[in-house]
Amino acid sequence: MTDTSQALPVTPRTRRSRWMLRPSTREAIWGYVFIGPWLLGLALFTAAPIIASLVMSFTNFDLLHVDQTRFIGLDNYVRLTTDPLVATSLISTFKFALIVIPVTMFASLGFALLLNHPHLPAKGALRTLVYMPIMIPLVASTLVWTGFLNTETGWLNKVFEVFGLTGPDWINSEVWIYPALTLMGLWAIGNFMIINIAGLQSVPTELYEAARIDGAGWWTQLRKITIPLMSPVLLYNLVIVLIATFQYFTQAYTLTNGKGDPNNATLFINLELFREAFVFSRMGYGAAIAWLLFAIVLLLTLALFAFARKRVYYAGGDR
Amino acid sequence: MSASTRTSESSFSDRSPVARSYKRYLAKASLVMFAVIIVSALLSPLLYMVTTSFQQPSQIATAGAPIWPATPDVGTFEGNEYPIFTVTIDGATRQLMLIEPGRESSVFVDPSDPNATRIEWQGRWRTLEQSWRFSPLFENYTTVWSQLNFPRLLTNTFGIAALSTLGAVLSSILVAYGFARFRFPGRNVFFFILLGTIILPTQVTLLPQYVIFTWLGWNGTWLPLIVPHFFANAFNVFLLRQYFMTIPRELDESAMIDGAGPFRILRSIIVPQSIPAITAVTLFHFFWAWNDFFVPLLYLGNKPELQPLSIGIQQYNALYASQPTLIQASAVLAMIVPVFIFFIAQRAFMRGVVVTGVDK
Repeated sequence: MTDTSQALPVTPRTRRSRWMLRPSTREAIWGYVFIGPWLLGLALFTAAPIIASLVMSFTNFDLLHVDQTRFIGLDNYVRLTTDPLVATSLISTFKFALIVIPVTMFASLGFALLLNHPHLPAKGALRTLVYMPIMIPLVASTLVWTGFLNTETGWLNKVFEVFGLTGPDWINSEVWIYPALTLMGLWAIGNFMIINIAGLQSVPTELYEAARIDGAGWWTQLRKITIPLMSPVLLYNLVIVLIATFQYFTQAYTLTNGKGDPNNATLFINLELFREAFVFSRMGYGAAIAWLLFAIVLLLTLALFAFARKRVYYAGGDR
Repeated sequence: MSASTRTSESSFSDRSPVARSYKRYLAKASLVMFAVIIVSALLSPLLYMVTTSFQQPSQIATAGAPIWPATPDVGTFEGNEYPIFTVTIDGATRQLMLIEPGRESSVFVDPSDPNATRIEWQGRWRTLEQSWRFSPLFENYTTVWSQLNFPRLLTNTFGIAALSTLGAVLSSILVAYGFARFRFPGRNVFFFILLGTIILPTQVTLLPQYVIFTWLGWNGTWLPLIVPHFFANAFNVFLLRQYFMTIPRELDESAMIDGAGPFRILRSIIVPQSIPAITAVTLFHFFWAWNDFFVPLLYLGNKPELQPLSIGIQQYNALYASQPTLIQASAVLAMIVPVFIFFIAQRAFMRGVVVTGVDK
């Protein structure tokens, strides 16, 4: 970055014209100059593609046969409603979401409570260890867990054997694959845990003291003080987990090399979009799936905010 | 955190009855035990990965083999090698070489016995437990290293991540400075749009971007992975802007009186004051780019010579899925750099998470 403010040629003319601008106008110009890169990027990489993608979803656009492109009205959207693979992928995504979202929320709160316990030594080291798997490339962590959950050679089922139990076939069962992916997801809770810990630490300690004097136990304190006061943080985490779940891709792709096995149980909506658009090159239809995905995530997020409106407590008043 | 540990320690030294302090000690010990067990369980797949990566494929297929890397233990008798088993004779457990396996009785020799006395043992030798010797195998790593062309993958990953981080950090500093320090019409609306783009799924813009990059001839190059990051992203801008807001404006103003222009103020006041936030953004972006999978898959899926690690490892797995020892070695190689750097820079990471998550 060069220091242009000094490098500018200060001819009398530019000097006068700069002087003639009001300070607030000059400030505004500088503001636009600095946010300029983002504004340009917004136009080039967000706004224009959004419009293009909307237009594309009403066409039969196909990158390999561009000359045959024509508008087909709502055909892509009509097809969405009858395409069995889209229906399957939505069902798979919702099944997975129903398990992975609650588990992630509870596990990240549980780890936060445990690793923020006042009597626990070496909290920093333990938190670092729980956070660390986020740094592992998703492809690598998926491979590690796939091996760990293997029916014959994996360790988890060996632990089951020690207790005289037979572990399930995690990876190849269309039922157990969701708990398996949820277990893998535990390696991604570090962010939520750290955010929860910060939330826990922002709860005023006087409240706990007052509650103890009133004879409230651990569970009551958690339910009546901790969770209500942390609710904005929990809502934030919930929204992020929700969005991430509907964009789930890398693990599913790595697991079956993009095939969606077993029996389309891991053909999540984002993988289905990828296959339609990039494997079968049906870009117009892919764009329609992308908008469906966006509509679902948007509706669920809005529903969450509506649900949270009365239940989330903001200590600083309305924000 | 250190303060809370100190208070809990001082509570031991107060003159409470021994029984009470003992009870408290026990409670603390069980809490620590619980935390350690839970965290170890969470990380146990890593141990699986490391031990598997040092094993021979034959060990994995053998029932009753230990979980650590090992080979069947053998001893030498009359110039030949024989497997060693754990045999119980007259109530004593001994490690013996199996010389002549038989159906109902077999002949063993003690490897440490200089006279090599033949020991006849009644029973089925197949029920005996084989003895294993610790022997880590490094060959998996050398195999994966050359099959993957690991140095090339590593260079590609580093090159892509470094260039994209450079663009993301430079542009985000500029934009965050614009939002933090200048009043201009529409600032709040623009900032709201900026935050909105965090929630916008990438899928909505993905297909037209792909088409445009393909028409530009960028498909199959690093450009689609790097160029868009030179236009700042919402997450980085938000984190930096929050940090810039905490720097007193008086510093800017006094510099302005000394004749410094906006770029000068950014360079000599804002940036030096914000090193922790800039470090956090740099690290976050670098590792996000390092681990990214989707975009490299789109543009470099069939360009092995330009691929980053994530794609290389995934395609390797698709070919060698039946060989867990190689796959786990490749996983170790894929994660070693980010995990190592994380442990060095973990403080900056954790601080960044809190800044983005809680202040929202």
